[in-house]
Amino acid sequence: MRLWKSKTSRQNIITLAAVIIVFSAVFFMNQGGMLSSSLSGQLVPICVYIIMALSLNLTVGILGELSLGHAGFMSIGAFSGVLAVTSLGQAIGNPLLLMIAAILIGGVLAAIFGFLIGIPVLRLRGDYLAIVTLAFGEIIKNVLNCLYVTIDPDGLHAAMFSGAKLPGKFIINGPQGATVPEKLSNFGIGFVLVIIVMLIIMNFVHSKEGRAIKAIRDNPIAAESVGLNITSYKMKAFVISAAMAGMAGVLFAMNYSAIEAKKFNFNTSISVLVMVVLGGMGSLRGSIVAAIVLTILPELLRGFDDYRMLIYAIVLILVMILNSNQRFLQFKITLKKKITAMFRKKEAAKK
Amino acid sequence: MSQNNATKMVPLPTDVIIPERDLGKQPVLDIRNLGIDFGGLTAVDGFTLTVGKTEIAGLIGPNGAGKTTIFNLLTNVYQPTRGSILLQGIDTKGMTTAQVNRMGIARTFQNIRLFGGMSVIDNVKVGLHNSIKCSALSSILHTPHYYKTEKAARARCLELLDFMGMADMAQYQAGSLPYGAQRRLEIVRALATKPAIILLDEPAAGMNPSETAELMDHIRRIRDEFEIAVMLIEHDMNLVMGVCEGIAVLNYGKIIAKGTPEQICNNPAVIEAYLGKKGAADHASEG
Repeated sequence: MRLWKSKTSRQNIITLAAVIIVFSAVFFMNQGGMLSSSLSGQLVPICVYIIMALSLNLTVGILGELSLGHAGFMSIGAFSGVLAVTSLGQAIGNPLLLMIAAILIGGVLAAIFGFLIGIPVLRLRGDYLAIVTLAFGEIIKNVLNCLYVTIDPDGLHAAMFSGAKLPGKFIINGPQGATVPEKLSNFGIGFVLVIIVMLIIMNFVHSKEGRAIKAIRDNPIAAESVGLNITSYKMKAFVISAAMAGMAGVLFAMNYSAIEAKKFNFNTSISVLVMVVLGGMGSLRGSIVAAIVLTILPELLRGFDDYRMLIYAIVLILVMILNSNQRFLQFKITLKKKITAMFRKKEAAKK
Repeated sequence: MSQNNATKMVPLPTDVIIPERDLGKQPVLDIRNLGIDFGGLTAVDGFTLTVGKTEIAGLIGPNGAGKTTIFNLLTNVYQPTRGSILLQGIDTKGMTTAQVNRMGIARTFQNIRLFGGMSVIDNVKVGLHNSIKCSALSSILHTPHYYKTEKAARARCLELLDFMGMADMAQYQAGSLPYGAQRRLEIVRALATKPAIILLDEPAAGMNPSETAELMDHIRRIRDEFEIAVMLIEHDMNLVMGVCEGIAVLNYGKIIAKGTPEQICNNPAVIEAYLGKKGAADHASEG
């Protein structure tokens, strides 16, 4: 009950409970065949983008550094996940265990890349950091675009140029992308992964590490003066963020029969950033809602055909304007007060 | 090449003064011949000062004399061009600001630097950061050990806030506090890092006389209850003459006088630095 006392942890529990309730409802509706096929096909991508938005929120909202290459970590997770599933497929028969192994491998590899990229990148600030992360995202995409990996009983073989004579069957075939042996992702796994990622980020932000990271965001000079090693804490947040993007990548890849490197381009990084900004920097709840809405919205607008992306852009602009409008914010606050007052009255009437 | 040159000899300071109660104890700061050049400009030169273990030292001087530069040198924000800083007998050369803090120097800033988006108590908890022993894994899993350390940290924070009369503000957002409270919060945060000396950069700036009087009381209590040294930069002469035991006067990057408050008050060089030559002459004729 000590958790309930503090306001922020109370809000976190409410967010977590809301996510669990909504997801369980959707899960059972999906099982019962009550969802349209287009929406049911969107369930795993929704989980993927929730995890992506939550992990980018750690970098952009909590750490306060603009990263434009988040899709790069997602692609590392996706491709290493495919490699892991193909090469471990024989050894691990159980699809669930295989998926868990792939997610862990994807997460760890993305974390390693996060660390390596973090060494030069985290010494930069603001715009420079944004540009360098953007470049790294593109580099990862282009390297994966000319990566050829095959498998035969001897193991994995890799080359970095086309026309290489590699023995065995192609797993990753350059620009044609990677072939996913079996569709391992489902809404259940995505659901559990979202909950785990939420718990990790919430707990991390609440611990002394999270406080240190927020302190560095608010005032790096003061943070250093109270004995915080700035680079080390920035690195911690960046690596955790990269690992989660990697896990999201595995979940994403295992939802399709084939994936291409060009799917994880600048546009993907930007749409995840839009989710974070739209949901409110540093707000986990906002990131989740924005990820759900922005993943479903293009599908819902399919009826408008040619004007789809135009309407999508207009909706984005309107939401941004509303969110920065003082009157609308005031309206939201009074609405909230009225609703809580209504509940209080009901409770009082019961007594 | 340099071996052939004659060794450069520098005189050791002989005019060291520290409070009598600190005799026989290692001085917290032993600054020798400290100097820094920015390009061709010498900002500080030949700065030599010893601060006793529990001394309240004052650093005064006209605007632009290099007082804040000294604080930045002491906390290794700048690396000195010349000279050395011994913190409790250990040379801090080459350390980072964070390392120097862990060795025992905490500071406040002239232009307040709080973690504005965080609550008052969280600001202090960040100060306690290095004394909270809880691994990253334990934090992420929220183990019982995490709750134990957090509870202890919270209690310590409230104790420190209470010391500066701020316990009732613990849940406020730091950035929304009134000016005087923000300055006090910076001191609490600095104290939370368990320093051996705390550097206060214009702690009374923007405070009204009653707040300043309260601050003077707080500074004395910091010395007495934490048994640490305090070094402060201040323009409010009532505060400086009221609490400081030893004072150093800086002008154009050089120390022009050192001594007790009475010695400084009557030092002609100090009066000249503050009032100019003509002003000093007027002052003398009036006196």
